[in-house]
Amino acid sequence: MTATTLPVLTRKDFQTDQEVRWCPGCGDYAILAAVQAVFPDLGIPKEKFVVVSGIGCSSRFPYYMNTYGFHTIHGRAPAVATGLKIARPELDVWVATGDGDALSIGGNHTIHMLRRNVGLKILLFNNKIYGLTKGQYSPTSEIGKKAKSTPFGSVDRPFNVLSLALGAEATFVARSVDVFQAHLKTTLKRAASHKGSAFIEILQNCNIFNDGAWETLTERDVRDDRTLILEHGKPLIFGKNKDRGIRMNGIELEVVMLGEGGATEKDLIVHDERNPNPGYAFLLSRMDSTPGFPTPLGVLRAVDAPVYETAMNEQVAAVIARKGKGELAKLLRAGETWVVK
Amino acid sequence: MATLEAVPKPQETLAHAVIRFCGDSGDGMQITGAQFTSTAALFGNDLATFPDFPAEIRAPAGTLPGVSGFQVNFSSSDVFTPGDSVDVLVAMNPAALKTNVADLKPGGILIVNLDDFGETDLKKAQCKTNPLEDHTLDGYRLFQVELTKLTRAALRDLGLDAKSMDRCKNFFALGMCYWLYSRPMEPTHKWLDMKFKTKPILAEANKLAMRAGYAYCDATEAFQVRYEVPPAKLEPGTYRNISGNSALALGFVAAAAKSGLTLFQGSYPITPASDILHELSGFKEFGVLTFQAEDEIAAMTSVIGAAYGGALAMTTTSGPGMALKTEAMGLAIATELPMVIVDVQRGGPSTGLPTKTEQADLMQALFGRNSEAPIPVLAPATPGDCFWIAIEASRIALKYMIPVIVLSDGYLANGSEPWKVPEVSDLPDFPVRFRTDPVGFFPYLRDPQTLARPWAVPGTPGLEHRIGGLEKEETTGNVNYEPLNHERMVRLRAAKVDAIVQDVPDVIPAGDPDGDLLLVAWGSTYGAITEALRSQRDKGVRVGHVHLRHLNPLPRNLGDVLKRYRKVVVPEMNMGQLLWVLRAKYLIDAQGFNKIQGKPFKVSEVEAMIQEAVR
Repeated sequence: MTATTLPVLTRKDFQTDQEVRWCPGCGDYAILAAVQAVFPDLGIPKEKFVVVSGIGCSSRFPYYMNTYGFHTIHGRAPAVATGLKIARPELDVWVATGDGDALSIGGNHTIHMLRRNVGLKILLFNNKIYGLTKGQYSPTSEIGKKAKSTPFGSVDRPFNVLSLALGAEATFVARSVDVFQAHLKTTLKRAASHKGSAFIEILQNCNIFNDGAWETLTERDVRDDRTLILEHGKPLIFGKNKDRGIRMNGIELEVVMLGEGGATEKDLIVHDERNPNPGYAFLLSRMDSTPGFPTPLGVLRAVDAPVYETAMNEQVAAVIARKGKGELAKLLRAGETWVVK
Repeated sequence: MATLEAVPKPQETLAHAVIRFCGDSGDGMQITGAQFTSTAALFGNDLATFPDFPAEIRAPAGTLPGVSGFQVNFSSSDVFTPGDSVDVLVAMNPAALKTNVADLKPGGILIVNLDDFGETDLKKAQCKTNPLEDHTLDGYRLFQVELTKLTRAALRDLGLDAKSMDRCKNFFALGMCYWLYSRPMEPTHKWLDMKFKTKPILAEANKLAMRAGYAYCDATEAFQVRYEVPPAKLEPGTYRNISGNSALALGFVAAAAKSGLTLFQGSYPITPASDILHELSGFKEFGVLTFQAEDEIAAMTSVIGAAYGGALAMTTTSGPGMALKTEAMGLAIATELPMVIVDVQRGGPSTGLPTKTEQADLMQALFGRNSEAPIPVLAPATPGDCFWIAIEASRIALKYMIPVIVLSDGYLANGSEPWKVPEVSDLPDFPVRFRTDPVGFFPYLRDPQTLARPWAVPGTPGLEHRIGGLEKEETTGNVNYEPLNHERMVRLRAAKVDAIVQDVPDVIPAGDPDGDLLLVAWGSTYGAITEALRSQRDKGVRVGHVHLRHLNPLPRNLGDVLKRYRKVVVPEMNMGQLLWVLRAKYLIDAQGFNKIQGKPFKVSEVEAMIQEAVR
């Protein structure tokens, strides 16, 4: 027997009695199901989980998770979660957010959380639309998007979500899809074991305001040709027939047909998620912004780096070790004092 | 035949004196003033200080916007303000002279650095004529001292470059003032040794300059008399000099110790509040966690996260930052988590006067959030009181599970006074008990006396629950949009703030308990009003003074006290914000007395107001 035995948890333990109020057919249901399936297997006592969210459809998430949960205000979940994690590093804190919440109103908090490498798991539900406010274009909507507030099409250039995270030198950056349940669960587990900020962009469908947001990637007949599943140590190969790959050409990536023009598997890039240079993962993240390239799914980057709340608490411990625990009476009398008799 | 031995010069005893050092912001005037202050404090004087510096870190040298000043009032009896006008003005250049000379008393001592009154210096200060020659200074005792040349002469053997030597001229001036007021130089020697531990040559240079200034006064004919200000009779105890910002920092460390919680500060740098962050970030041996956030909103929301996790959480800011925190403060109110928000007020609106003082955020504190979002508000009266306010605000926040606002201001933040150091055992204990029992637990079940909800922190088995900004069902805390539930919750949140009145002591007016005039005030105006009240009562005016530390909820007996006086005047450094509250709440015809100049009230201004009011 091990010294401590954890109670066996099941998916049911993480379901609440609250009525789920997402639209029928929403991709969020699939994400909720995946998270509820993964949490029991992480070996973490239920009371240690905290789900923090901002505002938006995705941010209703905590109400449906029977853990500690905090539905905060628009864009601020990363900052609330950072404060919580600094104060209580032993907690397992997950942030549920969306493209508007994390990249528009909360963009500043998102990049600074990633820059600091705070030990949070961030699930960014990207449906390329504002759902809760009923259908305005978002910072990930494509140029020309016709939405409630852009009847003639949006003229905004969208963020590439992963490029943005990598620009902030996030230490764990991954992407999965609401309907790819097995892949999503694997990716969630990878994020759960990462030390530091673990950022997952989850491509999610909004069947009311942006139906088919990702269907060019997710439809059965095209998905293998349009996506590339990244695996550490494996060459970048994709296509229904596994006949295409990615290789370097100068400082650019290029798609090659295996066997054509003498191209073999040996010429392809072997995926290295631990590459310390974020530039490599950044190149990968640019693929989906480049015509003819597949959209990469899986873990783009997973590197070790000092974790913010650990460093902060270690600094406190180091000062205490050096100076001894502070004495209030001494502190109040610090500096020059004099006695009046 | 004159003897070569120095004849001690005659000494006059004074009850109090006010010195102002002013010069370019690179001239070290703040350090000079602070040194004179700590020497006076160690000597046993009561004192009050007023540092006044520009918002620009280094405006072009010698120009009017670059002038920095430090005023100290030291006395053999108790003082409450830095003084309306000054007895000694040290002006390091024409710009400093021009911007400060109006505050020098007629016949006052004016020391200028003659070396910095050249043609270019005068031009930079936009002086058309040389004030040293145009007779505008005839009403003062003017001492034109070649501070730069004399300092260089004193330091010539040290082998320093000219720039380094010139940086010691403020200590030459300090030495002169030490001589003038018969002060020992040892405390500053000690300070210099510590400050320049790794550069002993600079310690030596400043000591030499200071001693040269002292000797200069002793030796030259210019100064015929020196002064003495005997120690004040303060309440027995151990004292230190403290500024409002330092006192707040210490108060929060004390509150954490007394509540048994970890102190978490989430702040974004902003003048004049940043010093609290600087100070607390140095107290790691007390387990203090300081987080310099990416912006004011993150500062506020990180505090909410830390409070949710069970820390004693606080943030510090000034008016513009407070505005940014507004939405998050609403979340703190809705989730009923304990925390303290410190607003060190400055002149506004917008960026306004970053380094100047004002009291114009009262309405923002009371009402500056969407919808019905009442919040307790406290205000310290003096720099030393900031310590006690920090403890009181923390205690209320934890007892009632509620965010609390503290309104300090730039004058309290940077001003200082001797502070009687309390015994740790004299501080209130308020240990916190987190909810751990799952039986009968509901996130919004209330304590019948305080209306506080339980503090159930993540990590506690069996208490998993969700909170957030959406309206909650009474008791269960589940999301609820029902009309009657919403009204009940709005009223409950207000009732909780009102319930705090049980922790607010009744007011007892200073001065007359009834009579012709009552002054009702709050915050940093305490000193000027207290001194004016004293002088006017000596003249037979029947005047009382209520100084509110609790601005929401107001003390229970305030309405009755207001009725005991023929007239009520509310002095404020704003356009009449407390006045507005009092008129609305008590339906009285109170009058405002307002100053909005980025500067505190002078005692004489309050005195004149009292005379006018009772005429």
